Amino acid sequence: MNILWLQASGCGGCTMSLLCAEAPGAFEALEAAGLRFLWHPALSLATGAEVRAILRRIDSGEVALDVLCVEGAIARGPRGSGRFQMLSGVGVSMLDAVRRLAPLAGHVVAVGSCAAFGGMTSAGGNPSDAVGLHYEGAHPGGVLPPEFRGRAGLGVINIAGCPTHPGWVTETLMLLAAGALTAEGLDRLGRPRFYADHLVHHGCPKNEYYEYKASARAPGEIGCMMEHMGCIGTQAVGDCNIRPWNGGGSCTSAGYACINCTAPEFEEPRHPYTETPKVGGIPVGLPSDMPKAWFMALASLSKAATPDRIRKNAIADRIEVPPTLRTPKR
Amino acid sequence: MTRLVVGPFNRVEGDLEVHLEIAEGKVTLARVNAPLYRGFERMLEGRDPRDALTITPRICGICSISQSVAAARALGAAMGVAPTPEGARVAALIHAIENAADHVAHFNLFFMPDFTRPGYARRGWHARAVDRFTAIEGSAQREAVAARAALMHVLGQLAGKWPHTLAVQPGGVTRAPGPAEKMRILASLRGFRRYLEKVVFGAPVEDFVALGAESALMRWGKGDAGLFLEIAADLDLAAMGRGAGRYLAFGAYPLATGPAFPAGVWEKTGGPRALDPAGIREDLAYSWMMGAASHPSTGQTLPDEDMRGPAYSWCKAPRLEGQPMEVGAIARQVIAGHPLARDLARQGGVLARVAGRLLELARTQILMERLATDIDTSARFMAAPVAVPDAGSGAGLVEAARGALGHWLTIRKGVIANYQIVAPTTWNFSPRDAAGVPGPLEAALLGAQVWPDEPTPLSVQHIVRSFDPCMVCTVH
Ligand code: SF4
Ligand code: SF4
Repeated sequence: MNILWLQASGCGGCTMSLLCAEAPGAFEALEAAGLRFLWHPALSLATGAEVRAILRRIDSGEVALDVLCVEGAIARGPRGSGRFQMLSGVGVSMLDAVRRLAPLAGHVVAVGSCAAFGGMTSAGGNPSDAVGLHYEGAHPGGVLPPEFRGRAGLGVINIAGCPTHPGWVTETLMLLAAGALTAEGLDRLGRPRFYADHLVHHGCPKNEYYEYKASARAPGEIGCMMEHMGCIGTQAVGDCNIRPWNGGGSCTSAGYACINCTAPEFEEPRHPYTETPKVGGIPVGLPSDMPKAWFMALASLSKAATPDRIRKNAIADRIEVPPTLRTPKR
Repeated sequence: MTRLVVGPFNRVEGDLEVHLEIAEGKVTLARVNAPLYRGFERMLEGRDPRDALTITPRICGICSISQSVAAARALGAAMGVAPTPEGARVAALIHAIENAADHVAHFNLFFMPDFTRPGYARRGWHARAVDRFTAIEGSAQREAVAARAALMHVLGQLAGKWPHTLAVQPGGVTRAPGPAEKMRILASLRGFRRYLEKVVFGAPVEDFVALGAESALMRWGKGDAGLFLEIAADLDLAAMGRGAGRYLAFGAYPLATGPAFPAGVWEKTGGPRALDPAGIREDLAYSWMMGAASHPSTGQTLPDEDMRGPAYSWCKAPRLEGQPMEVGAIARQVIAGHPLARDLARQGGVLARVAGRLLELARTQILMERLATDIDTSARFMAAPVAVPDAGSGAGLVEAARGALGHWLTIRKGVIANYQIVAPTTWNFSPRDAAGVPGPLEAALLGAQVWPDEPTPLSVQHIVRSFDPCMVCTVH
């Protein structure tokens, strides 16, 4: 399968993250699955006129495009012209280029939350009037209409994340190459369920603190970050704490909040990212699928039952009280 | 005279278009256009100042941590808080890893593949270049990507993930590494040293750092660096794309003892002098931006939606005391006084920029090992929390892989009133200023050789990529 990769209005970080794939590496994984780049803006040799020729061959149907990957949101501004991002050397806006190429592609893949939903590029009043390919924030319909389907029948596949985990990208592409990604494999927002059926909270090293609502109050403290520090890992989809990032890390394991970067509109949380919004001292965002009364009852019970070790460690910058050792009786 | 538009210009971060006028086989005029505008500075207005730590790294996926560090520094200055000494050390290590990874990516993935082009098929080194640097398939590319991913394990440990971390805060870093983790970090760094010494330099990094002159450098002959130098000698890359010899650095990796690579200015004609950031102005004469030239602490970002001429780029034109300045690894190493860098700066062309990066890569390996060895795992890595003030201002001046990066922040009524960013490539790829003086790349392209039937002249590609441009940062 061939891939044309375009970098629209984004930071290029999803490509950089992809290069962090290991065992197998990004190039090896794609190669083994029979995937090759027609062109990738950061990696391919072709530049200038050579790229224009590749685009012409796709346009004329001489080359059948299997996968169109778009990284970055699509700028519609100023005033719907798309001129905030011109495809350099071609005199065509990225907006027009994507609208023309998407119907020619077997699959259209939005790599990262910008391409999926608009993402960070659409933050703060959205200066460049940027949107996702198939969504504007959480609403169906971006630069492509809600009814858009790639030639192979799927809507845009949204590998949301800011950045995307390299494994999310390589595995999605490998599934496509194997013909094994169906509509059932995607959630309601077009995200591959192999990672979107998990929550960031699953496997977080702070789970024991969470159980007792033993919370960090300031950056550097190792308690759970839900109550004060803005963590929305109990609602955010992603297997970030199940499969490691960069050989073993995750946002929460490094001591900062999950900001729900796999979700539409994470760029506008309507509160400071690293501070939990509260009403009457109670965090507004409850864990997914949890009734409020139950949460409150469990929270007050568990707070009262917090072991000393957990209470102390939660507000320290490292484990100060180790677990009690029980010696077997003889 | 013929005109040429070069684009899409790839193997640079982001979008770039170069307009050339050519006469008698030489570039006589160059105009550099950054054709992407996103408006990050505007997004920040009215938000909680701490949100800059989440938002600004997402300007750029390749120098994300540089943006983090600049934002943390600017915010810290406004809040009156500084990192603890160990917090500063770990932040420096995190930052150095990103910069080292960037240098490796630039050399292997962005710069060297151009020598695999069929246009060079008759050169003695071509077959080796093809074997090592063919895009995506070359053995050097594979080795570089693997070594880089393994080095990034240190960021997994200390920063959670790369890119886009929130680990770097005004008071230090969010994670206190323990003694065993320190051992793991050192083991990862030793692995990266093995890669550098086996593959890139073919000898101990200390030997490369000990080079004192261009003539000695050209005799290096080992590793992929040796292959590059053989090519550089053959194609006379030293004389290609010569800069004006005016370098600027904000100072890299501030530690309790001062920055590891100092701040300053160096001019070929006037030698070294101290940097006065008050002398910076962003000129808008040829930018699609409204307003007047101003210092970034008071500057604004008001795009001209009609994209009227004579402007031709979204990029502003930063000047220091009215002069365009070149920034990057070679600038840092020249200002740091390294003898090889100073010797290379006499010509300051493609060779100087790429060799300057290799020199810095070798020095950064030694620096990273020292930083990691010196971590005192029993100390505090985060200062006591401080509230964000109702009003205040601060600047964060740091060094990204590509050069000087500045954030200027003003807080009013507890929210961001103004935020201005001047990125390395804003300096290097700036358009003309009101006096008509071209930006550093525009000047460096003058005189570049263009052969007949070259729609995308090779010399232009070498020169552009020698700057390691990051266009997403440039306009942000
Ligand atoms: S820090 Fe976040 S992800 Fe971790 S346990 Fe607490 S709520 Fe869950
Ligand atoms: S932990 Fe949350 S913010 Fe971090 S990468 Fe995963 S989904 Fe995104």
